[in-house]
Amino acid sequence: MNNGWPTIHLTVNGQSRAIRTPAMKRLLDVLREDLRLTGTKEGCGEGECGSCSVRMNGELVNSCLVPVLQAEGAEIETVEGLARNGELHPLQKAFLECGGAQCGICTPGMLMAATHLLARNPHPDLAEIREGLAGNLCRCTGFIRIFESVIAAAAGSTQMRGEQAGHAR
Amino acid sequence: MRGNPEAHELVAPGSLAAVLALLAESPGEWMPIAGGTELMVAHAAGRLDAKKLVSLWGIADLRFIETRPESFVIGAGTTFGDLRAHADLAAELPLIARAASWIGAIANQNRATIGGNLVNGSPAADSSPALLAYDAEVELISVRGTRRVAYSGFHTAYKRNVLAPDELLRAIHLPRRFARHRQYLRKVGPRRAMAIAKVALGATARVENGVVSEIRLGAASLAPFPTRLHRAEAAVQGRRVTGETIEAARSALLAEARPIDDIRSTAEYRRRVGANLLQEFLLELRVEPRP
Repeated sequence: MNNGWPTIHLTVNGQSRAIRTPAMKRLLDVLREDLRLTGTKEGCGEGECGSCSVRMNGELVNSCLVPVLQAEGAEIETVEGLARNGELHPLQKAFLECGGAQCGICTPGMLMAATHLLARNPHPDLAEIREGLAGNLCRCTGFIRIFESVIAAAAGSTQMRGEQAGHAR
Repeated sequence: MRGNPEAHELVAPGSLAAVLALLAESPGEWMPIAGGTELMVAHAAGRLDAKKLVSLWGIADLRFIETRPESFVIGAGTTFGDLRAHADLAAELPLIARAASWIGAIANQNRATIGGNLVNGSPAADSSPALLAYDAEVELISVRGTRRVAYSGFHTAYKRNVLAPDELLRAIHLPRRFARHRQYLRKVGPRRAMAIAKVALGATARVENGVVSEIRLGAASLAPFPTRLHRAEAAVQGRRVTGETIEAARSALLAEARPIDDIRSTAEYRRRVGANLLQEFLLELRVEPRP
């Protein structure tokens, strides 16, 4: 049955992976089922909620809407790749400290959307944060604590670069 | 019911020529899929009828923005993110980038393509009012060659268009002659991001010596497909924007609009708000633009 399946080559969080899988399988399902990277969550399954957000070749995408064949050769970044050497990513720390995560379902997607935002725009204002996270729904926090987490992480990145901190607020 | 990935064949020939050859070989058998923001939703819900899909993602011949002296040419595979990021296009034809910014959110804009938006043919398509207001042309391609048609004639019925079974939408041509036009675009929906429009209006007009010498109105969700409002245009063309003109334009819009009741809104709401948007644009025309 699976003789017709293509072999898909992905670089996931820096690791090369090859998976034989139906071409139309969703990138989300390949990550969760084939690669056992279950950090990426499925919410709506139709690109409305952002729970499954990952970065593909540096672009934020909803992995539920990507047939895996279209990810052939791509670099994929998931929430599992944020922490390095047992050290949480500054955004993860900020989400913990500011109460940006409650039930946790939206959190991996929020983190990836926020990572993408800060990669493009290290010091976003509130309107830019709202826009950057507009595709990610949270039903616990009311969003304010999530926005505050991103502001805190952005301020932290200022400190790390030795610039003047504290103006992001 | 959840879609089964094994029930669908998906191929990625990798070049425009190879895709066109495939379409020519068995016209109507292959469903093109670009960024998947529409078809993958149908797939997830188990209502994707197409058994054979051909991927357009990653084909460089379809993803470009070319600046010519007389026009911008936008490849059908250009994403809304690409459109937002193009400074010249945003400066000269700002309605395109504004419409692009309202499509879903960042993750959707990084995958959804302008060609997919048009070929999918939703009556609420976000890019359509701006393209109609800018008098866009679409370029269709097959192994038989290319042809250009006015975008205002592209849609023929609900989710139907003039593409032959072996044809692809290759590009959208936008004339560069709107720098001195008044431009308007407004989408009405429950929130700016993610929401599908209840109704939207795009408009351009030229006012010379107080008289509207040229006007184009493009509407979403006022008909079974995105459409120009020719009768409302005719009510304004060649006239001063008086209270009488505005009333005549509103009446013409109400007479030609064919909205429906659906989950997002009602026909009556769409009709009234459509007329209000038109009025808002016409009132703007009475104010002298800043030099």
